[in-house]
Amino acid sequence: MAIFEASEVTKQFANHLALDKVSISVPEQSIYGLLGPNGAGKTTLIRIINQITAPDSGKLFLNGQPLKPVDVALIGYLPEERGLYKKMKVGEQVLYFAQLKGVPKQEAMKRIKYWFKKLDIIDWWDKKVEELSKGMQQKAQFVATILHEPKLLIFDEPFSGFDPVNANMIKNEILFLRERGATVLFSTHNMSSVEELCDNITLIHRARVILEGKVDDIRSKWAGNEYEVAFQGKAEVDVNDHFKLLDKRSENGKTLIRVATATSIKSNEVLQSLMRSGNILAFNPALPSMNEIFIKVVQSRNETVDA
Amino acid sequence: MNKISVIIEREYISRVRKKSFIIMTLMAPILMATLIVVPTLLMNTGTPDFKKIAIVEDGSDLFRGVLENTENVEFVYIDTADINELKTNFSELGYYGVLYINNLVVTVPNAVELISKKQPPIGLLDKISSSMEKELEKQKLQALNLENIDEILKSIRSKVDIQTIKIDDEGNIKETSTSVSMILTYLSALLMYMLVFVFGAQVLRGVIEEKTSRVVEVIISSVKPVQLMLGKIIGIGLVGLTQFVLWAVLTAGVVVVLKNTILSEGQVQEISQSAPESIISSNPQIPAEVKGKVDNESAAEILKLLQSAGNQRWWLIIPSFIFYFLTGYFLYASIFAAIGSAVDNETETQQFMLPVTIPIILGLMVAMGTMQNPESEIAFWCSMIPLTSPIVMMARLPFDVPMWELALSMGIMVISFLGFVWMAAKIYRTGILMYGKKASYKELWKWLRY
Repeated sequence: MAIFEASEVTKQFANHLALDKVSISVPEQSIYGLLGPNGAGKTTLIRIINQITAPDSGKLFLNGQPLKPVDVALIGYLPEERGLYKKMKVGEQVLYFAQLKGVPKQEAMKRIKYWFKKLDIIDWWDKKVEELSKGMQQKAQFVATILHEPKLLIFDEPFSGFDPVNANMIKNEILFLRERGATVLFSTHNMSSVEELCDNITLIHRARVILEGKVDDIRSKWAGNEYEVAFQGKAEVDVNDHFKLLDKRSENGKTLIRVATATSIKSNEVLQSLMRSGNILAFNPALPSMNEIFIKVVQSRNETVDA
Repeated sequence: MNKISVIIEREYISRVRKKSFIIMTLMAPILMATLIVVPTLLMNTGTPDFKKIAIVEDGSDLFRGVLENTENVEFVYIDTADINELKTNFSELGYYGVLYINNLVVTVPNAVELISKKQPPIGLLDKISSSMEKELEKQKLQALNLENIDEILKSIRSKVDIQTIKIDDEGNIKETSTSVSMILTYLSALLMYMLVFVFGAQVLRGVIEEKTSRVVEVIISSVKPVQLMLGKIIGIGLVGLTQFVLWAVLTAGVVVVLKNTILSEGQVQEISQSAPESIISSNPQIPAEVKGKVDNESAAEILKLLQSAGNQRWWLIIPSFIFYFLTGYFLYASIFAAIGSAVDNETETQQFMLPVTIPIILGLMVAMGTMQNPESEIAFWCSMIPLTSPIVMMARLPFDVPMWELALSMGIMVISFLGFVWMAAKIYRTGILMYGKKASYKELWKWLRY
């Protein structure tokens, strides 16, 4: 069941259309990726979901009910432009945001301590925000976002500004939050995080949805006819009618190749023709990375629009 | 409502805990008290440089021994001197200056010159001219050959001091003092101006800070923009009230302490009495008992001043002050909040600040004018117009404003402050999330109608 749905949301700014009949449906307890090039309209959509701005037309539903102002208590929002009071102490600041979301002071303190310990920033409690590194500030704000234990979490570019170690930490926390029953909607440019985390995605380009669905489905749909093959030891691959050799490298006493075939040729035929080349250890269809799909889709769109 | 109180708490606590707030709160009363006490202290206890002045009379002998030496000034009467030579070398001879008296002085007032290297202090000039005037008067009277001239002179010395007494409709009499009313007017108008401007500007800065640091986006996803704006305005207003109350208490305390420790009782009397006394003491003809009497009179004057201060309508003035401070502050603060939301940084505020500053300055000027004529038409209208009334009405209040005028002014104030807050909230709501858009008046008007 969808915890959140937007149907045909349109938003017009003074001289450009930010969203053109955008619809999304976020299944409960899933991680949903909102992708798109810069300026596509992701942040506008996120702001509309948070009721910071109102759409010109279209409907929004939370748990099947039209979205109401009081629903902000059920949503946690991490904006792209991180905002913290520079002169305020970190602990107090997070406490302030929690109280604004309606968490009682005592309870909020308990939860902040838990999360600060977990994210390794408990020593920074009494430091002013301006004394912190960007990554530290991001963590503090991350805690502020999830503290009221919302059903729906919205992160706008959650990994920007993090080093790989901390980005991984946040990834794990996002997965942990989903385990605990939360639904996460996040926008990102970081495609590898999409592959690791997302169950579903929507790709917005020039105010419109141009791709959406389950990540696995999309990847296999875009897979084309490419295979990754691993041989034991050295292998001489004879190129024949059945496939083209795209890539070949040796690693740990193995030879890895990547081949492309015509759509009419079945995988068994490829396999059979490859068996002659050596001892096959693995034969897998090569799924395109989300990065490749993203670039392909956006570029093809640009071409059709420009043409 | 609960969320507003969380916002108020943060705005209040974060400001009250700032070092700058604590320093300002402690320093201002000390500065104020010093401003009150030190000038009088300097006037009375400071020792000016010792000066020696040569007196040269041209063709007459009227002022020999007339100018009395004091602690700091020695007058040396020189009979046989070439004035032109003295004019060039008095400095080398150790004189501060040369007082050159032409014999025309009996009929021509400006026939006296004081030649010096430096601009002589006003007190010295006063002393010289008043002594000489008295001597001339005396000699002219003596020329009439009256008997007992000294006694006559003593008996004609007079002083006029108008007692102001107010009678209300029931015929009750109150002694009042215009100077007390004037001091009150000054104080309340200035305080109002300061509080509204200083704390209004803090609202402006607070809003801009939230906007540029993008904190506002997080907060707006939790509370309504109006709640944030009101919370901020109320919180900073409370900071203003706190500071005001602390200032009042501390200033009073510091003044009392300074008066008791640094100034002896005699000096306190001297302060109120320094000008006339210097004349009296410089005049050898006035006997000691008269001097003593003058001292008593000055004490009585101070007492009277205090009494008439007690006769002011404090029960009306203090609540009115709080009322006008709160409403006036709310009105201006909401304008400031709207401006803050419309711009991206502080430098952009200029174009909007002028129209806000003008009514405040106008109010202050009219308030100062009300001391001359509290019932004037401009004073009346400015005490009705909400943008100026907090300052002007407070200035008029010590001069017995009719109750209906006060009530009308307050009524207008309440209505317009609600109106301003409402309008500001509309602009604020849109402006706070608008980045990189140059705000113009046309743009603001559009936001107002969203």
